[in-house]
Amino acid sequence: MELALTGITKQFPGVLANDNVNLTVSEGEIVALLGENGAGKTTLMNILYGLYHPTSGTVEIDGKPVQFHSPGDAIKAGIGMVHQHFMLVPVFTVAENVILGDEPTKRAGIINRAKAKKTVTEISRRYKLDVDPDAIIEDLPVGIQQRVEIIKVLERQARFVVFDEPTSVLTPTEVEGFFEIVQSLKADGKGIIFISHKLGEALEIADRIVIMRRGKTVAEVLPRDVDEAGLAELMVGRPVDLVVDKAEAEPKDVVLSVEHLTVLDDRNRRAIDGVSFQVRSGEIVGIAGVQGNGQTELVEALTGLRTPLGGRVMLKGDDMTVASPRAMHQANVAHVPEDRQKSGLVLPFTVTENIVLNSYYERPLSRGVIMDWDEARDRATRLVEEYDVRTPGIEVPVSNLSGGNQQKVIVAREFDRDVALVIASQPTRGIDVGSIEYIHSRIVEERDLGAAVLIVSSELDEVMALSDRILVMYEGKIAGEFDATASTTEIGLAMLGSTEGQNEQAS
Amino acid sequence: MAVTTSTDIVEKVRSTPEERRATAIGIVLVAIAAFVLWVFALGVDSSYVSTFNLSLPGDPDLTWAVSSQVLSFVVAAIIAFIGGWVLRRTHVKWTNLGLAIALTLFALAFLTWAAADKSFSLVGMLRSTVILSVPVTLGALTGLMCERVAIINIAIEGQLLTAAFVGTVAGSAWGIWAGLIGAMLTGAILGLVLAVLSIRYRIDQIIAGVVINIFALGLTSFLARRVLSVTPELNSPGRFSSHKIPLLGDIPVLGSMFFNHNMFVYGTYALVLILHFGFFYTRWGLRSRAVGEHPKAADTVGIDVYWTRYRNVVLGGLIAGFGGAFLTLAQVSRFEENLTAGIGYIGLAAMIFGRWMPFGALGAGLVFGFALTLQQKLGILGTPIPSEFLSMTPYLVTIIVVAGVVGRSRPPAADGQPYIKD
Repeated sequence: MELALTGITKQFPGVLANDNVNLTVSEGEIVALLGENGAGKTTLMNILYGLYHPTSGTVEIDGKPVQFHSPGDAIKAGIGMVHQHFMLVPVFTVAENVILGDEPTKRAGIINRAKAKKTVTEISRRYKLDVDPDAIIEDLPVGIQQRVEIIKVLERQARFVVFDEPTSVLTPTEVEGFFEIVQSLKADGKGIIFISHKLGEALEIADRIVIMRRGKTVAEVLPRDVDEAGLAELMVGRPVDLVVDKAEAEPKDVVLSVEHLTVLDDRNRRAIDGVSFQVRSGEIVGIAGVQGNGQTELVEALTGLRTPLGGRVMLKGDDMTVASPRAMHQANVAHVPEDRQKSGLVLPFTVTENIVLNSYYERPLSRGVIMDWDEARDRATRLVEEYDVRTPGIEVPVSNLSGGNQQKVIVAREFDRDVALVIASQPTRGIDVGSIEYIHSRIVEERDLGAAVLIVSSELDEVMALSDRILVMYEGKIAGEFDATASTTEIGLAMLGSTEGQNEQAS
Repeated sequence: MAVTTSTDIVEKVRSTPEERRATAIGIVLVAIAAFVLWVFALGVDSSYVSTFNLSLPGDPDLTWAVSSQVLSFVVAAIIAFIGGWVLRRTHVKWTNLGLAIALTLFALAFLTWAAADKSFSLVGMLRSTVILSVPVTLGALTGLMCERVAIINIAIEGQLLTAAFVGTVAGSAWGIWAGLIGAMLTGAILGLVLAVLSIRYRIDQIIAGVVINIFALGLTSFLARRVLSVTPELNSPGRFSSHKIPLLGDIPVLGSMFFNHNMFVYGTYALVLILHFGFFYTRWGLRSRAVGEHPKAADTVGIDVYWTRYRNVVLGGLIAGFGGAFLTLAQVSRFEENLTAGIGYIGLAAMIFGRWMPFGALGAGLVFGFALTLQQKLGILGTPIPSEFLSMTPYLVTIIVVAGVVGRSRPPAADGQPYIKD
């Protein structure tokens, strides 16, 4: 039994997303599909799942060519997909999500709830998933939500399961649990495609590793034949420095002081619950933690985008608790937001317009109500040069740029002054290795120039590589503080809310 | 570094939204209590008695007489107490309950004041509330059918109006059942127009709805002037008659209120039950709700998002058509220009007030039905309130309810967003 994609080419307007790609997976085999963001992995999987139609090439199951016009066709053919962004209805129960589209019914379309629950319980027990069929999805941690996705796939009797970046939302401990589940699926005879950009994980779990770069399959290797550096080189196409090069930190005065901060989320729950910490000049403090543990709300509160319910935010001794985003900017706080396309840039605006977005109202960019566009263009030209933004010009819409270059535009805009505090959220999410290296080095440079730096990232590797000090957030509280030499295991435990980490004091 | 976990010592920068809302509502309630005391209690002669008739003509006599002033004093005291309790913010979660009780009492005090030294048919009023709630509830159910699959339907008003017109003409020409069918098909066709504009052409759903409403008002007004005024025989369709339900219809007060009506009223009850059951117990409902909450998730499990949306919007149109038929084939039996006068929009408000639930739509429909009744009946009683102000009542209640009373409820997550397959 084998699934084979042969000679897949997918042409989008202006982009060749897949170029003669070949990939096979047999039953009981785990194939890792490795590549940078934008290498064409997701396009390939969307073709396999019937969401895109290939420009040319064939999909075969057991040697017979198949054509998928919709996900429904792919499901019927025995293909299941666990998407990176879970396809779960947040207000439905686990059982409702599992049966959606394949509902057991009694007469007249009435849903047989008992049967639905039984199905979930059976699958859950068989693969030791431990999921309550009656729980509401939005109340569940992401790790459990992922298991619901797996149950969904199993309920539809998939023979081939695609996991798209499955570990990006999990804590290290959850990753181990996830790998056990994948192994039990393998033992059950399922063929598994594991999409990732994490080298270590591919080496650990895969039987075979296929590497994609710029829309092509460039290599196929066995885990025992390569190491991480070798994989990175195959993925990027040149040798890559995997560690951030930085000197010992020399922390000086306290710049940011957060005291008993409490912040509500959009649903009026306490996303941040009485958190206190400080960031000093000349140090990088990293906030680790699984997404959704209050990081977003913390950053919004610190940058003036969300008014805290209680507590205090002090910047160099001034109370900035209810300061506006503009006041924070004028206090020399640089903010790299977590979603560059939603809140970092105005996508249809040009590079120039985006670069002056935070300072257009000040001299020399404007006098009264009149903008000085020559001045703006001069600034944009200088920053594009200085920050190595690869763009056809400063007058093109920023939406035309790649993710990495978009991120550099934001970094250029925010760092181009005497910065006292950097708040960077997910600074390298979804961008290429070259840009990651560059942005990391700029952040370290700001530190060395005397800025206080606060990094929030759900990529533990990134937090550990950059930070001089690490705080772990769990359910709106700080579950532990570590120095840069702490082990992944210790931090991983704290990310799960274990209070065995250090510095836990009742007050 | 200390990690603080105790949250009770938090020095508050501001209160939670619920707490601020409770404060606002508390202040309003205290003001209402003062108003009741000042106008309703001290504004009437202490010897006046308000007499409420609890039976319809022909039924055994049942009346309730109460001193206008004493009742208002009692109501003012209770509302003031509730207001003070809400202001203390000890049980913020129960704010809405306190508000509901206080507003009901306010309505009672208001009626007592209006009926001071007079006799007033309370049952007649409640019965009329039920009747007038029908188009509002049906409008709300139409909106709910659409918004549960994430299509915002502003066009309910136009659907009701056009269906009412077609109901009149078809009913006059071929009999009331033909009128009913014609009206329902009209609602469905306009639903289909909305669906095509917003699903296929991805026109902003609010704009598409407004366009339909303007078109409906213009077309029906034109035809009413040019056709109905010269051929009045096309504007006298006759009516669906009332049928008393055995046993239930004989219960005092409640029987007259709920169980002695025409089939539109019973049809509305049935629809509420059917939709509740349909949305929460059947495959159709599960899929519809999934499409409204997370269309991409529905798509990836093989559910046709577009088809689901088309189907529900057209079915919703049938309901709106049923409501339009009620207007000209039961409530009155002739069409007039702009007969609906905003009932469709009030229906939309009722859908929101009812939190996108069928039973909520029914309850909200009754509240608005009461407001519409006040507008009609208080004119007859001869209160000192100017009639222009009285005719504002339903719309005023709509604004107050939607802006203030509802609080924060969650619409379907994808509401109003077109689904784009990539």
